[in-house]
Amino acid sequence: MDEIASEYDVVVLGTGLTECVLSGVLSVKGKKVLHIDRNDHYGGEAASVNIEALFKKYGKNTGDEPWKKYGRINDWNIDLVPKLLMSNGELTNILVSTDVTRYLEFKQIAGSFVQQGAGSRATVAKVPSDAGEALRSPLMGLFEKRRARNFLEWVGSFNGNDPATHKGLDLSSCTMKEVYDKFGLEATTRDFVGHSMALYQTDEYINQAGMAQDAIQRIRLYVNSMARYGKSPYIYPLYGLGELPQGFARLSAIYGGTYMLNTDVDEIQFDDAGKACGIKATMKERGEEGPGMKFETKAGKILADPSYFPGKVQVVGHLIKAICILTHPIPNTDNSDSLQLIIPQSQVGRKHDIYIAMVSSAHNVCPKGYYIAIVSTIAEGDSNHHLELQPGFERLGSIQEKFMGSPTPLYAPLESGVNDNIFISKSYDATSHFETTTDDIRDIYRRAEGHELVVEGLREGQTLAQE
Amino acid sequence: MAARMQQGGRPGGSRFAQFKLVLLGESAVGKVSLVLRFVKDQFDDYRESTIGAAFLTQTIALDESTTVKFEIWDTAGQERYKSLAPMYYRNANCAVVVYDITQASSLDKAKAWVKELQRQANENIIIALAGNKLDLVSADPTKRAIPAEDAAQYAREAGLLFFETSAKTADNVRELFTAIARKLPLDQAGPRSIRSAGHRPGVDLRPESSGTQGASGCNC
Repeated sequence: MDEIASEYDVVVLGTGLTECVLSGVLSVKGKKVLHIDRNDHYGGEAASVNIEALFKKYGKNTGDEPWKKYGRINDWNIDLVPKLLMSNGELTNILVSTDVTRYLEFKQIAGSFVQQGAGSRATVAKVPSDAGEALRSPLMGLFEKRRARNFLEWVGSFNGNDPATHKGLDLSSCTMKEVYDKFGLEATTRDFVGHSMALYQTDEYINQAGMAQDAIQRIRLYVNSMARYGKSPYIYPLYGLGELPQGFARLSAIYGGTYMLNTDVDEIQFDDAGKACGIKATMKERGEEGPGMKFETKAGKILADPSYFPGKVQVVGHLIKAICILTHPIPNTDNSDSLQLIIPQSQVGRKHDIYIAMVSSAHNVCPKGYYIAIVSTIAEGDSNHHLELQPGFERLGSIQEKFMGSPTPLYAPLESGVNDNIFISKSYDATSHFETTTDDIRDIYRRAEGHELVVEGLREGQTLAQE
Repeated sequence: MAARMQQGGRPGGSRFAQFKLVLLGESAVGKVSLVLRFVKDQFDDYRESTIGAAFLTQTIALDESTTVKFEIWDTAGQERYKSLAPMYYRNANCAVVVYDITQASSLDKAKAWVKELQRQANENIIIALAGNKLDLVSADPTKRAIPAEDAAQYAREAGLLFFETSAKTADNVRELFTAIARKLPLDQAGPRSIRSAGHRPGVDLRPESSGTQGASGCNC
């Protein structure tokens, strides 16, 4: 086996999406990257797993191989994080700018839904995506529809730099409540606008001074994403989200990045100033005899996911999620083969929304006739998490198989990394898309490299001899 | 060898099919050199190990009306520490597994890659075994470490196409890829294995497609 180089500009630990995008970008920019994962597969927390691995992960491998009744195990690619891509979002931009789209195929998510009411009176309706749809939406009464249409038309024409489009509001300081008041929107309308279009998970945004601008940008992202392909604001990679880190890892490798799975980090080496400057590690395949391949290399800096530095991160919340296998589409959703359904917190007496993300064989993540729905929310209590997800389960109809573990801690780094030269990412949060992930990618890049990440035109001037 | 394509065009139309081809084999056996000879008709004696043979394409006209386009994926070095991603094998229609006829151990490695392909790739994948660096043996027969008959017998048993090639002199390179093209199921291939250019089943993310309602080429 080839020798590992004695020095790398960047050593990246963990092959989650955040790490793989950064690895890819840094390699394209000419940095010498060593990318390591302790697992035998790419993706870390952002991997997609087959049905056997899922049963085992959730300790449901009792009895006689219960996954066998679900067909070929490799026909299943089940996401561990419930997320979708905004078609006009930043991850899409990065995928296009880096040409990683060459390795992946995307399909639309067929629908975007929101629940109104609860229990037996719950109704599920399409989220109106523009002014025209607002007029046809069953979510609002006649007069409210017109007010909502006016609001959405205004959002569509809004330009942050042009005060003439601000309706006399001072967007730098005003709250979203003032904006809603200006259009006279009812509480139920504010609810679906804020939660199913702006995709806020709590109501905290409403009364925060200066948040109106953020809310409007979020609604615009939703509306523009929706307008791009037509069925929903979301797209999704065939074969599951786990394809995304693999695609960016390939980008990194093409530009010289070195990849090592099955590799444990034994030691982080520090210089006299307390900055990380190297690693000792061991590559050893599962079941391999002997001590494995031990090596040591210098590192200009270290990028890592939180699991590699448990002492340098804090818990900022807990995500509860249940992965459910269905044999039918979700009731009252026009038999959509894929969707997002949001249950706003206020409708079910919670502080955080409940999300349902569903994909199916249309996206090559399971055999025909199956549907994979992930119900998730931020934990509000210390126990009975199953009950917290109950309103979501009620939407699913009969559930063939349910995988639910204890709440997943969400980590964030304690420090920026400028002191110890270790730049740590955040966990994949509870939002339904990757916008916060790309924010984190940009933030880590800024912390580690000292300037902004610009992906547009990234590969231009970096022509590969063979392309 | 196993060419079941009929010669001569079909009346009334030409056929065009695109296939994903993956390269496998030990480091330094000449995987990329083989492809660069095929695609660009170039050879470089001192090529460094793989950087950046990202995505090459080459078309072969099998006859007047039949064109096969190969979308060629290189390992990008990810095989070096056994870190190839499942994405690499995903929907591969054909594979070239390369070994070096002057290195005895490289055929064993090639056999391991064939096993890996049979485990990870489509069941009906077409696999070709290429014993590369034929030029070295032509210049000095004592350099041969693997008898052609040994490899040919293994290829027969495993159902692989087999050629000894030289990326340097171009010997058998075109023949190798043409044989693969002839063995590909041009007629009965479903939409998942034949992807005509410009008609990918999903949505097109490129900016120029923005603003279009409905997915381009999406028939869902």
